[in-house]
Parts: sequence; C-alpha cells; structure tokens
Amino acid sequence: MLTAILVMAGIAVAVGAVLGFAALRYKVEGDPLVEKIDAILPQTQCGQCGFPGCRPYAEAIAKGEADINLCPPGGEEGVKKLAELLGVEPKPLDESHGVQKPKSVAFIDESLCIGCTLCIQACPVDAILGAAKQMHTIIAAECTGCELCVAPCPVDCISMVPLKEDVGNWKWKYPVFKLKQVA
Amino acid sequence: MMELHRFPGGIHPDEQKAQSAARPIHAAFVPKKLVVPLRQHIGQPAKPVVQVGEHVLKGQMIAEADGYVSVAIHAPSSGTVTDIGLAAVPHPSGLPDLCITIATDGKDEWMARTPVDWRNTDPAALRGHVRDMGIVGLGGAVFPSSIKLDPAGNPPIHTLVLNGGECEPWITCDDRLMRECAEDILEGARIMQHLLGASRVIAGIEDNKPEAIAAMRAAAQKLGLAVEVAAMPTIYPGGGGKQITKTLTGLDTPSGGRTTDVGVQVFNMGTSYALARAILHGEPLISRIVTVTGHVLRPQNYEVLIGTPMRELLLRAGERDGTTGIIMGGPMMGFDVPNPDVPVVKSTNCVLAKSAELFPPKPRELPCIRCTQCVPVCPAELQPQQLYWFARAKDLGKAQEYHLFDCIECGCCSYVCPSHIPLVDYYRFAKSEIWAREKEKRLADTARDRHEFRLFRQEREKKEKAERLAAKAQTKKAEAPVLSTPEQDAKQKLIQEALARAQAKKAAVSPKNVDNLSPVKQAEIAEIEARRAKIRAIAKQPVEPEQP
Amino acid sequence: MTASAHILQKGSVTRVMLLVLACLLPGVLAYVWQFGWGIVINLAWASILALALEALALRLRSYPLKPFLADGSAVVTAWLLALSLPPLAPWWLTLVGMLFAIGVAKHLYGGLGQNIFNPAMIGFAVLIISFPAQMTQWAAPLSLAAQPLTFGESLGFIFGGGLPPGLGLDAVVSATPLDTLRTGLLQQHTLHEIQAASHVFGSVGGVGGEWVAAAYLAGGLILWALRIVPWQVPAAFLAGIWLTAGFLHWADAGRYAAPWFQIATPSAMLGAFFIATDPVTGATTPRGRLIFGLGAGFLTVIIRAFGGYPDGVAFAILLMNLCVPLIDAYTQPPVFGAAKKK
Ligand code: SF4
Ligand code: SF4
Ligand code: SF4
Repeated sequence: MLTAILVMAGIAVAVGAVLGFAALRYKVEGDPLVEKIDAILPQTQCGQCGFPGCRPYAEAIAKGEADINLCPPGGEEGVKKLAELLGVEPKPLDESHGVQKPKSVAFIDESLCIGCTLCIQACPVDAILGAAKQMHTIIAAECTGCELCVAPCPVDCISMVPLKEDVGNWKWKYPVFKLKQVA
Repeated sequence: MMELHRFPGGIHPDEQKAQSAARPIHAAFVPKKLVVPLRQHIGQPAKPVVQVGEHVLKGQMIAEADGYVSVAIHAPSSGTVTDIGLAAVPHPSGLPDLCITIATDGKDEWMARTPVDWRNTDPAALRGHVRDMGIVGLGGAVFPSSIKLDPAGNPPIHTLVLNGGECEPWITCDDRLMRECAEDILEGARIMQHLLGASRVIAGIEDNKPEAIAAMRAAAQKLGLAVEVAAMPTIYPGGGGKQITKTLTGLDTPSGGRTTDVGVQVFNMGTSYALARAILHGEPLISRIVTVTGHVLRPQNYEVLIGTPMRELLLRAGERDGTTGIIMGGPMMGFDVPNPDVPVVKSTNCVLAKSAELFPPKPRELPCIRCTQCVPVCPAELQPQQLYWFARAKDLGKAQEYHLFDCIECGCCSYVCPSHIPLVDYYRFAKSEIWAREKEKRLADTARDRHEFRLFRQEREKKEKAERLAAKAQTKKAEAPVLSTPEQDAKQKLIQEALARAQAKKAAVSPKNVDNLSPVKQAEIAEIEARRAKIRAIAKQPVEPEQP
Repeated sequence: MTASAHILQKGSVTRVMLLVLACLLPGVLAYVWQFGWGIVINLAWASILALALEALALRLRSYPLKPFLADGSAVVTAWLLALSLPPLAPWWLTLVGMLFAIGVAKHLYGGLGQNIFNPAMIGFAVLIISFPAQMTQWAAPLSLAAQPLTFGESLGFIFGGGLPPGLGLDAVVSATPLDTLRTGLLQQHTLHEIQAASHVFGSVGGVGGEWVAAAYLAGGLILWALRIVPWQVPAAFLAGIWLTAGFLHWADAGRYAAPWFQIATPSAMLGAFFIATDPVTGATTPRGRLIFGLGAGFLTVIIRAFGGYPDGVAFAILLMNLCVPLIDAYTQPPVFGAAKKK
C-alpha cells in the first residue's frame, strides 16, 4: 500500500516537473491579451459598444469589465471568436447596443454639403476630405461605416449606402448539398 | 526528339474536338451592337476615356489601363458610344458589370495603325505599349501580358513555352489558329523571347493535333527560328501552366509558386498571335478566335469581335432546338453564362451550347465515401477529399494548411468522383471566402492605424493648444491655469462624442448642431432647407444589397 | 451557380458497391461448395434485413430513400457480416448483428460516408461478445459432416432451430480450426498434438476454409486489378499477419500457429481484401494505408494468440479504424512541387 502511494506520488512529481519545464521552455510569446482582442474587433470605431473605440473596449474586456457581446459590427461571428479566445461560452449579441447591419459606407451629397467640417471632426479614421466652407467627400475605401458622421451634419447630407455585391467583390457561394429530403 | 516528362494526375475525357476542328476559321463579322466590359482582365478594371455619344473608330482606345495590373480596352469596330454603365457580362456570379456599349456604323473604319520597331524600342516602353494594346493571356487566365513579359525577377527566364496544349474537350480555337496562322504566332514568340531574354523556346502541342504540329514546324523552318515543337501526350490538364512546364522541361514548379520561379514563362498561342498583330501591325486586341460548338448545326471556329453577343454566334453556327444553355469555356473549367446575350470577352475561348443529351443533368450528390479516386487524378498531388471535408466544414485554416491554393481548379477530381460531388465548387467557395477575410483583415488594420493616428494627432493638437494657452496666460496673469492631462482630455472628448452621438440618434428627426452656428451658415441652411427634404427622402431609402 | 466539370466520368457509388459484391461471389460459391446451403440463406436474409433497416433509418432521419438504398452500401455490409457469421447462424443472430451494423454503427454516426467504424465489424463484435456460444457453432465442412443438410433443412434450422430427425447438433456443427486451436492450447496441448488430434485441419488452413480463403483471394485480386481497392491495404494486412505470426511461430512453434495457417483462414482473406479496404473507415493516404494494413494484421495475430477470442480480424480492424484520423494526419504526402520549397 505504502509503496503504491509512494510510486504514485513519485510519478506525479516527475510528470509535474516535466510539465513545468515544458511550460517554461516552450512558452508561447504571444501578443498581450488586449492586442489579441483588438485584433478580433472589427475596427469600425463606431462606439456602439459604449466605449470610445475598439481599443478601449478591448481593454475593458481584458480587464473583465465588459461583456463580449456588445459589438454590433462584429456580429455573432465576432462574439464567437472572442468567446473562443477567452475560453468562455459564446452568447447572443446584446441588442441594446444595436444590431448587425450590412456593411455600408457613408456618402456625402455634395450638392448639399455646406463645408462645415463637423463630419471631419466626427470621423474616427479621418476618411473625410475637405476644408472649411468647401465640399466634403468620403474616401470610400477608408470609411468603416461607423455612422458617426451622419448625426453631426447640420444639413443631413450624409447617408449610409450599403455596399453592393458586384463582380469585383462577389464570392462563390457555399455549394448547396441537399442530402435531406426537402419536406 | 526532346525528352518529355509526365506530370502527376490527369484524366482522359472524351475529346469531342473533331466537330469544330474540321472547318476553317470564319472571318469576323460586325454585329449591330457591341458590349465591351471594362473588366476583362485580372487586376483593376480599365477607366473609360470616351463619353456617351462620342464616335469611335475601330481600334481606338475607349478605356485606359488603371494602374500596373491592368490593360487598355479598345473599340472593336467603328460606331457611336451609346452607353457606359452596368450590363450583363459572362461571369459565374451572373451579376452585371460596367460596360461600354457601341452601336456600330457598319463601316468598320480603322483608326491609324502604327507598327512598332520592337528591336529598337526600350523594353519598358515596349511593355507599356503591350499594355496599351490591351494584350492579356488568352488561354483563360487573362493576366496582363505586359507584366508577364517583365523579366525582372529571380531567377532569370531561360525558357519560353508556347502553350498549345488545349487540353479541354470541345475547344479547338488554338488548333485552328496554329494551322492557319503559325507564322504570326512565331513572330509574336520572337518578340516575347526578345523581351524575356529566354534562350530557349518550346512550343508544346498535344499529339491529338498533328496538323497544328506540322504547321508550326513548317513555319519555324520557314522563318528560321529555333523553336522546338514538341508533341505532348494528350492528357487533361496538360495545358495547365505548371503541367506543361513539367512535361516539356521536367521542372517542378514549387508549391505556392509560379512557373517563373523555375525560370519558365508560359504563353498561350493566341496571346502570341495577338502580340504579333499588336506590335507588327498596330492592331490592338479587339477580336479573338472562339470555338462555337456543342449543340449547334455547324460547329466552327470564328474570329469574333470582343463585345459580340454570344447569341449572334449561336445564330450563325445554326442554333438548334433543345438548347439548354451556354457554357463559356470548356466542359471542365468553363461556367454557365447567365443569358445568351452576354458578350464575348477576351477570355472567351469557347461558346459551348448545351443540350440535355450532351450535358445531362448531374446525378444527385452523395456523401464522400473516401474512396480516394480523386487523389491519383489530381495534378497538384493534393488530397481533394480532405480539402473537401475542410471546405465543407468551413475550416478554412485547415484547408489552407492542406494547400488549397495549389489547386488549379481543373475539375479532375469532380470528374471522377463516384459520389458526384461538385468538389471544385467547394474549393472556390473556400478560396473566395479566404480572400474576402484577408481583405477584411487588411481594411480593419488600416482602420486601426488611421484611428490611432487620429488619436495621436488630436493629442498633439491639444497639447500644442494647451501650450499656446499656457504661454498666453503666463504673459497675462501670474498663475497658470490648471490643466487636466492631455490623455484624459482626449479620452473625455471621445466619450463625450460617443454620448453625444447616442443622444443625437434619439433626436434624429430634428436638425442638429444648428445652435452654435454663425448667421451666415444658418442662412445657407435655410436656403437649402426645401431641397433637403426632397433629397433626404431619396437618400434615406435603404439600398438593398443584391441577393443572388 | 455552376460546377466546374460539366461532364462526369461514368461511375457511381452503386457501381463500386456492385463490383465489390461481384468480387465476393467466388468466395460465396466456394462457401456453398464446402459448407452447404446455409450461407446462401444467411446472405439473402441479411440483405433483406439490411435494406429494410436502411430504409427505416433513412425514413427516421428524413433522408430520401431511393438514392441511398440504390447505393448498395447496405447490402455490402450485409454480405460482409453474413460471411463472417457461422453459416448456420440462427435468424435472430443475423437480425441483432444487422441492427447494430446498420442502425448504430452506420446511421447513428451519420450514414453513408460518415461512420468511423466498419458497420459489419461492429455487428460482428457485438455478437461475439453477447452470444459467444452461437458464434462458435460453425457449420461443419461438408466433407466432414455426417449427413449434409439440404436447402430446406438448412432453412428449417436457421429459422426454426429444428434439425431433421436423427441428427444431433454435433453432426452439423463443429468448431473452427482457430477455435479448436484455442481450446486445445488452453488445455496445455501443444500445437502439434492438437493438429494431430483433430480432423478440422486441412493441408494449409482448415478443411473447407482454405478453399473459401483461396476464393476470396481470387475475388480480391480482381478487385485489386480493377483499382476498386488500393493495393496497399491487403498487401500490408497480409504482410502484417505473416510477419507477426512468423515471428511468434519462430519463437515458439509449439504454441503459435504457422503464418501460412493464419493467412489461409477465410476471415483473414475476407478482412484483407473486403473489410479492411472499406474506404469509409480506412486511411486515405498511401503511407497511411500501409500503416493501417500492417497494424490490422499485427493486431489480428496478437488477438488470436493472446486475446480472449478465437479470431481477431474484427477487433483488429475496429481498433485500426479508431486510429485513422491520426494516421491520416501524420502521413500527408507532399504536394506537387513541395520538395523544392521550404
Ligand atoms: S462597437 Fe464599434 S467601437 Fe465598439 S468594438 Fe465594435 S466596432 Fe469597435
Ligand atoms: S480541381 Fe484542384 S483538387 Fe481537384 S484535381 Fe484539380 S487541382 Fe486537384
Ligand atoms: S472521389 Fe469523391 S467520394 Fe471519392 S474520396 Fe474523392 S471526394 Fe470522396
């Protein structure tokens, strides 16, 4: 009996030592958690999560101060990835912060724009070009679709245009593989 | 006789080439309307340089290359530009794309054509000219030839391969072109060799085209060119770039690489011909040879102006009852076009009319039984069944790890699969999904960078302002004003912005931010108030994303 | 949406399965010739059960019946199981086996192409664990039987359990050579004594059984030549048996049967060409198949020599089925042009 206990204890110690050594020796030098979370967030910088941008939200998640389901642009898929990274159960998107919408870009009706520069100040990624009293225009490729510029515009000349599928960005669809009977 | 090598995999589908190979190439005809897409090549679509209503001459540039990976587009015949906008194009998505529509005047009037003395032209300028003449690879990939003709790479190109494989069933356009225009093809090859500095030129032709082989040999002799004409065994996909390189030179293109990595550049016969026409005769790429075959009365090859509706070709070749659709390209790698009115484009090597007898509906798919019949036929030596499982499970990372991007989409695996699984569709799905995600990632990264830069800029501006204020205050008063740290300020400001945004959203109905404006601005606002209401109604209408 | 490859080779799952059945026919004929009508009745009964159970399972899972019944995979499973059971197995034995094969091993795992374990072998394993007595009542080879059963009598025995008057059970059934060997060894006899004492041993394998094994081999070679089965699996399986048995026999010829004898059993040949080669549950890479076959052969002999059951083919194959994902993952062949880059 005693020998058995001793043997088991010996094995446990040996295995523990090996594991401990391995953990030290092969330590994965990864990004800090905040970076990893930030890499998953969509970088729309829209503030819908209640934080002033994706990075602050990432920091809040890392500190455990915020839930993982607050980012509408990231959608369910984003929540899933965060859950995977943090090793927690995925949950549905918190709809009180907004719902996921198709990706859009802002469009300025240049005939209405009065050049007030308010939208420029609102844009989190400097995707709006223009100077005081001059027509403004959006660099569509840089626009994240955050909608932050829509509200400040005094003449309501900014609208969100959903990105249309065209030959350039079209994707092959998942093949339909009908095994089951269509009822 | 040179030594040939066997590439791995491959199949022997029914050739079906005799029908169209027997008749000579039918000369080009001018349809009433030409619809010329701006995206006919890999890379950036061309930028239109004409206006609606403008009269254009045959061969006139109507859209210019937009960037390095792009080529120009030319008017295939003389006439008037009637439209620049979305029109149906041959694309697997069935989505419309930007096209320039020309109503032809029937005169088919050429612009001035100027041949180029290529031997005495600077290579870079010559490549620019090739791009402006709209030359792209006509074997199907439509990659801009000007880029492929740039030898600036590692290692240097030692061998130029002229690809006359034409391994897909039904297609005979290169076969006929070689029989009828071998000399032009070789003239083009001469220019390519000059640009690439290749020491060796090999024309690889599958041995089911003996006439073409003979014609090419005779032409090489006549022109006194040291072109080796090799008769390759007929195996699909022997005309694939990596495959023909292996067959002719024995070199294995590295996984994930191109044939240029082993010093071999491959051009299609038709490309070489188009290049010769462009450089030696000043004719841009405005037509190509198209095999019209399948369920038609007179299968034949046609010289076709780019932009000619496919329906016109069917009519000329004798449309038959029971046509169930059109495949653009061959039966292995081609795709169904959305309707017969789509135009012929630079990549259209074949217009294949379908019928229920020639292309019966596919039997139902069954689950993969792991029989691995797909493995020995794969020319890329992949494990198609594993790629399929991963693609099906949307495990994109694993699919990539198992070399998804080495798949050339040849369709050999789909062809042999006893469960009739459309394997290639899964690979295409996985590939385009991966590309889309990479693009998304890139966009997110730029957004992050730009946001960070903005925060940095704001902070700096704030600091500068604070310093200015402090300096001012110091001169005015003895005590300095208490300042919060700039970091806190920036954060505070952002939070306030977000809050303001949320509040503003609630009050979305009434105009905002009008309180603190100057009277001038307010006057402006009033001025456009009426217009605004109207425009708002239009602008706020949600544009539905297109659902295929 | 259109699929690349608008044309397809003539070929289908049905064709593959029918060819497998066709190549089993020589074995079946040899069976009838050597052991009487029982096997035919069992085959028919198992096939009917397979189709019925398959239809039931498909219906429950709301899959379409026609394409999946027509694929023939259920019948192949039925034949493989029936050929592994004693030729005069009672009807309910087959029923239980098929229930587990089709219902559990196949459909609970997702049906055609999804199962991890070979369905026929699962059925067999369940039976040999649950009904060891019935599973070892092998029909005696006709050449040894006192009075061969007629077709009608076989039918009566299988479905009614009754024997024609005057015949004892011992007259129609006997232990298989492997079983005889096992019992003898347990009684501390040497191999030599056992073989001398029993008449079930033929020139290489068992009486009758060796002919059946030869017929399986013939059918298997056709399958092999038609490239329905990869060459690696049968070759490696038989090599695995040969090497392991050869080593044991060399170490102690008095305890361990000779490699020839081990290979010439019907179960080994059936396993090598028809069961281990099941694509769904086997390895898919060339090297993986060699490993799979070698492993299965090795385990077969080990179980025969040291295990609690007379035959080890079924367990060996099931164990190797378990290792398939691992084997596949570690034996990825290089892709075209992979050697150069790195
Ligand atoms: S809600 Fe907006 S700001 Fe918040 S994490 Fe998502 S994209 Fe970034
Ligand atoms: S389509 Fe791709 S996976 Fe299939 S055989 Fe061709 S290269 Fe291999
Ligand atoms: S040929 Fe079809 S069924 Fe066979 S392994 Fe490949 S994908 Fe699976």
